[in-house]
Amino acid sequence: MSIDARIADDQPDSFAFTKENEAEIKRIIAKYPKGRQASAVMPLLDLAQRQHDNWIPMRAIELIANKLDMAEIRVLEVATFYTMYNLKPVGKYFLQACTTTPCWLRGSDSMMRCIKDRYGIASGETSDCGRFTLLEVECLGACVNAPILQVNDDFYEDLDYASTGALLDSLEADAPLPVGSVSGRSGSEADGGATSLAALKPAE
Amino acid sequence: MLKDEDRIFTNLYGWADPGLAGAKKRGDWSNTAKILKLGHDEIVERVKASGLRGRGGAGFPTGLKWSFMPKEVGDRPHFLVVNADESEPGTCKDRDIIRNDPHKLLEGCVIAGFAMRAHAAYIYIRGEFVNEARRLQSAIDEAYAAGLLGDNAAKSGWKFDIYLHRGAGAYICGEETALIESLEGKKGQPRLKPPFPAGAGLYGCPTTVNNVESIAVVPTILRRGADWFAGLGKDNNTGSKLFCISGHVNRPCNVEEEMGIPLRDLIEKHAGGVRGGWDNLLAVIPGGSSTPLLPQDVCSTITMDFDALKDAGTGLGTAGVIVMDKSTDIVKAISRLSYFYKHESCGQCTPCREGTGWMWRMMERLVRGEAEIHEIDTLEQVTRQVEGHTICALGDAAAWPIQGLIKNFRPEIERRIVAHRAASAVEAAE
Amino acid sequence: MPKLTVNGVEVEVENGATVLHACEEAGVEVPRFCYHDRLSIAGNCRMCLVDMERAPKPVASCAMPAGDGMVIRTDTDRVKKAREGVMEFLLINHPLDCPICDQGGECDLQDQAMGYGYDASRYEENKRAVEDKNMGPLISTTMTRCIHCTRCVRFATEIAGVPELGAIGRGESMEITTYLEKTLASELSANVIDLCPVGALTSKPYAFAARPWELSKTESVDVMDAVGSNIRVDARGAQVMRVLPRLNEDINEEWISDKTRYAIDGLRRQRLDRPYMRGRDGKLEPASWDDAFSAISAKMKKAKPKAVAAIAGDQCDAESMFALKMMMGKLGSGHIDCRQDGAKIGGARSGYLFNSTIAGIDDADALLIIGSNPRIEAAVLNARIRRNWLATRLPVAVIGPKNDLTYDALHLGDDPALLDDVLSGKSKFAAKLKKAKRPMIIVGMGALTRSDGAAILGKARDIADAYGVVGGGWNGFNILHTAAARVGGLDLGFTPDRGGLDVAGMYKAAEAGELDVVWLMGADEIDHARLSKAFVVYQGHHGDRGAHHADVVLPGAAYTEKDGIYVNTEGRVQYASRAAFPPGEAREDWAIVRAMAARLGINLGFDSLDDLRESLYEAVPHFAARDEVASAKWAKFGGRSKLTAAAIDSALDGFYMTCAISRASETMGQCMMALAEDGARDAAE
Repeated sequence: MSIDARIADDQPDSFAFTKENEAEIKRIIAKYPKGRQASAVMPLLDLAQRQHDNWIPMRAIELIANKLDMAEIRVLEVATFYTMYNLKPVGKYFLQACTTTPCWLRGSDSMMRCIKDRYGIASGETSDCGRFTLLEVECLGACVNAPILQVNDDFYEDLDYASTGALLDSLEADAPLPVGSVSGRSGSEADGGATSLAALKPAE
Repeated sequence: MLKDEDRIFTNLYGWADPGLAGAKKRGDWSNTAKILKLGHDEIVERVKASGLRGRGGAGFPTGLKWSFMPKEVGDRPHFLVVNADESEPGTCKDRDIIRNDPHKLLEGCVIAGFAMRAHAAYIYIRGEFVNEARRLQSAIDEAYAAGLLGDNAAKSGWKFDIYLHRGAGAYICGEETALIESLEGKKGQPRLKPPFPAGAGLYGCPTTVNNVESIAVVPTILRRGADWFAGLGKDNNTGSKLFCISGHVNRPCNVEEEMGIPLRDLIEKHAGGVRGGWDNLLAVIPGGSSTPLLPQDVCSTITMDFDALKDAGTGLGTAGVIVMDKSTDIVKAISRLSYFYKHESCGQCTPCREGTGWMWRMMERLVRGEAEIHEIDTLEQVTRQVEGHTICALGDAAAWPIQGLIKNFRPEIERRIVAHRAASAVEAAE
Repeated sequence: MPKLTVNGVEVEVENGATVLHACEEAGVEVPRFCYHDRLSIAGNCRMCLVDMERAPKPVASCAMPAGDGMVIRTDTDRVKKAREGVMEFLLINHPLDCPICDQGGECDLQDQAMGYGYDASRYEENKRAVEDKNMGPLISTTMTRCIHCTRCVRFATEIAGVPELGAIGRGESMEITTYLEKTLASELSANVIDLCPVGALTSKPYAFAARPWELSKTESVDVMDAVGSNIRVDARGAQVMRVLPRLNEDINEEWISDKTRYAIDGLRRQRLDRPYMRGRDGKLEPASWDDAFSAISAKMKKAKPKAVAAIAGDQCDAESMFALKMMMGKLGSGHIDCRQDGAKIGGARSGYLFNSTIAGIDDADALLIIGSNPRIEAAVLNARIRRNWLATRLPVAVIGPKNDLTYDALHLGDDPALLDDVLSGKSKFAAKLKKAKRPMIIVGMGALTRSDGAAILGKARDIADAYGVVGGGWNGFNILHTAAARVGGLDLGFTPDRGGLDVAGMYKAAEAGELDVVWLMGADEIDHARLSKAFVVYQGHHGDRGAHHADVVLPGAAYTEKDGIYVNTEGRVQYASRAAFPPGEAREDWAIVRAMAARLGINLGFDSLDDLRESLYEAVPHFAARDEVASAKWAKFGGRSKLTAAAIDSALDGFYMTCAISRASETMGQCMMALAEDGARDAAE
């Protein structure tokens, strides 16, 4: 996607951090040595995104540049280099579907198809209702629980067509399923019984 | 099979309390100060003696890496940086350490940091691990509250701070100098080497970057002894290791096993075997996406360690085992990895920026057979033009899977080209 | 000093040198795109890969420090293949639009593709297209051609000190741009065009104007400021097509300011291409040379010697000033002045030179700037201050207006009394000056053109003495001029002679009706209205302020249209050369003076420029020492009167339009507008 297409045309006239976030910014900057406040650029972009409906307006980039004594272009470089910064609005439920080989081998196509069947959207698009934005993403790092759909901050794992549908149902009802595997396993142990550490498994 | 009592990550599956109380029950933070009393250099020596090799992919001896740090602290402070930017397709082991055994990592940071005369560690965790980062931050907070971190870490007299820094979606930040750049607030573009981080790393200061697993195993190694760790696994490939078995197995999972375990044992004993049985196996990517795939016959005999896999023309990498059965469109499976590398190329240097896109586009045509036979050779040559010519190893990582494919599955690629040509001819005739 | 072998040849290089330097030392050519001597090392193009013994992979020679005993080869099959591979990668997404690319014929990519590439392409996929970016009126972008070497980004960030260019996105989607496509706000911005190894950044005003092989190239000297940047003037026929920098390590290195490069379209507009005379209706009417000379002659012959005066402008060549001075002398008038702005300088040379030399800036370890904004008064020189600051955190303090100089500077204030604070040691900056081994003071025209300019000069001199600014082979006392002609004018004595009047005196005399004739040689920066009672002759090249107020206009030659000597702010004598002929009936200025003198029956003693130069050398020998700085002895200068209370300002309030040529330049006008628009946009935010 060209850079222009990644940045919203409609931009708000202003952006300011909330009081709570201003305090958080102080804590963040304090993590880094004096004079190295530029290190805080990523956390501040994340903070702006969380405060602003999951996308970062240009005014926030300028504000962050100013706060961290960085050139605006340097902040924009960072904001466009990393894929998690949304520079235009996304739906309330931002669906990030991993389709990299390990997820693909485990049926990420079905997961994608389920989303497409329901909302008619392809990667980068938002549903007509405006609540769901789909983005195809690269390996999410939970490959033994593939395929993975990240909904905002949360990983839903071991999905197939049907369970993806059930997940979307729960999101539509604003009552999301519990985070994690939909198959019932607690983590990365083999489904149907771990082959190690079994003795340590607490009684159900 | 590794015995549970020799397993380091006893809460790998998160069945017990990941918090400080649970961690202490598992033996973490038990008299850490006593370990630090060994002294900086003795700790390094013991880690060397354990034979621990870096768990992030390259397999460089961890103790040796630490020994590159200056022996005296000059006007520039030393830093430990932990690479928790786990993003190599097929790899999801550090995630389990972070969310289920975070105190092993934190204690490891104190010990490793002390060994290299650092007073601070930054843990760089990939941005998508939001919940994992929250879990880790709460572990850090607990550790501070308990006096395990801070001005007198674990009552050792050594000041040690740990800061968590979240990434934001960039595989390349797993490369240590790109990670450092990112941590400094810049784009994650790898640096030219020399200088190496041990000379000039984070903020220009001496820095060692270690993988999560490499650091998290250190406290146990020092408690149980280097000999114990060295006694596991094989010569030059010692210890236990977290393996991730994904793809076409009946029961994908993470498991801690001994280095050098036969691949077939790993798949059959822990992951429920290949879907449809061992004979239905097509190929295995043994160590994360960048390692060249192994065809079925090699898989039957190969052991999972650095040296054996290197000899087989591939690598242990991160021990992310991706299994593919005979239903797999192997060309597409590799092409999807080519897309991954194109997507993750930082764009800094020419061969990777231009080559990853070219390779992926050719691969997509090969998936459909829309190519000439000689283009397979062109593609192979392009991978050689990328390999070894880039600033960092991403170029190599993008080249190797394709080389592995062509080496082992050339007839399949040719078959598609011929089939496509035939189909086109029929279409034209109609 | 490490010794290494390159292709079997042993070479020894400086400590800190790279393998690439070693290869050059050995006479081995290494192709490169991203590497540039004056920029930080990026190592991203990978074109300079070489083989190093014991290295498993080829290494980037630009980034590899040369080490003792290294064995380097550039002639192996592996290196050849690596270069071919990189070349092929650079070309797969590069458009084959050389026939319509302004870089064609002077393109690194073209040249190196010929030398190091394959002879055919194997790329069957679609080529990438990248949207062009706005970078303002000077830089034309064709971003599809970009090879991402980041030279432009590094130049803007490191040399120009305006971190406004960047590479956004990543991977093959990476794009070079300014933040939201603002104009690159630097006086040095167009140097990125020279640095761009391909046709991604080309010259907007020069777009599709000419091909390099059609141009006649003349080595010359710039007159847009007093730096004396070395330039190459490329002309086609009578038209100057472009100005490019010429390497001079002691002055401009390889940079020039945007005004130096782009004011030249002003050479085509508002030109005086024939003489004019003011008619009965008060309008200037075209006239013949003969009529014009007759009219002047009539006035001159009636006038008493004491009633004739001459002012030389800021871009006059030394020879013409010398000729005019001789004519005035023969007429018996000492009313001559080359200080349009009334600067209180002259006399001892060390009191009006940039004594440390420009290159001396590299050695300074503390700098006090008084009444100057070097960023706009001498942009290239300012880049040198910035470099020292980048390398050593040079402490800089300013007395005068507060400006963004592209480096940190302690702004002491703009009250002249602060000079006393510095002198007494009370100032915050005094300790820094005291500690410095090679302290430097730069005094600008903002301080010296004031009524108390002589007193400020004297005070600055006192500070210099108090803080050891001069001594031990170091002279850090520097005057920064803004006028290219000024030092030459002062050196040859174009200043009031034996009771003659200076510019201020001429104003008063004219207003009192005591001046009959005033001869303005390119003097556009004076208060012409105050001369209105006198008969004014304007000799120059543009229908600018001077011509508008003149009674007779004599068309002269601009700096690209004549051979001439200029002495820069350091006191360096440089020879400019004619690249094109003056338009229409315009003539070289020395020849106009000579013809006028002849009409007045005065023999100035020369018939050619060479003769004139001989007379000049005889009068002021150092003019013969081309490209050299005749050092000036530390002497007494400056005044002792009281300082006034008015705030110290800088001499220029803008960069782009400062002379008749740049005021006539559409390009400079566009730059001012772009700057204003971005400023308004920022203010609105």
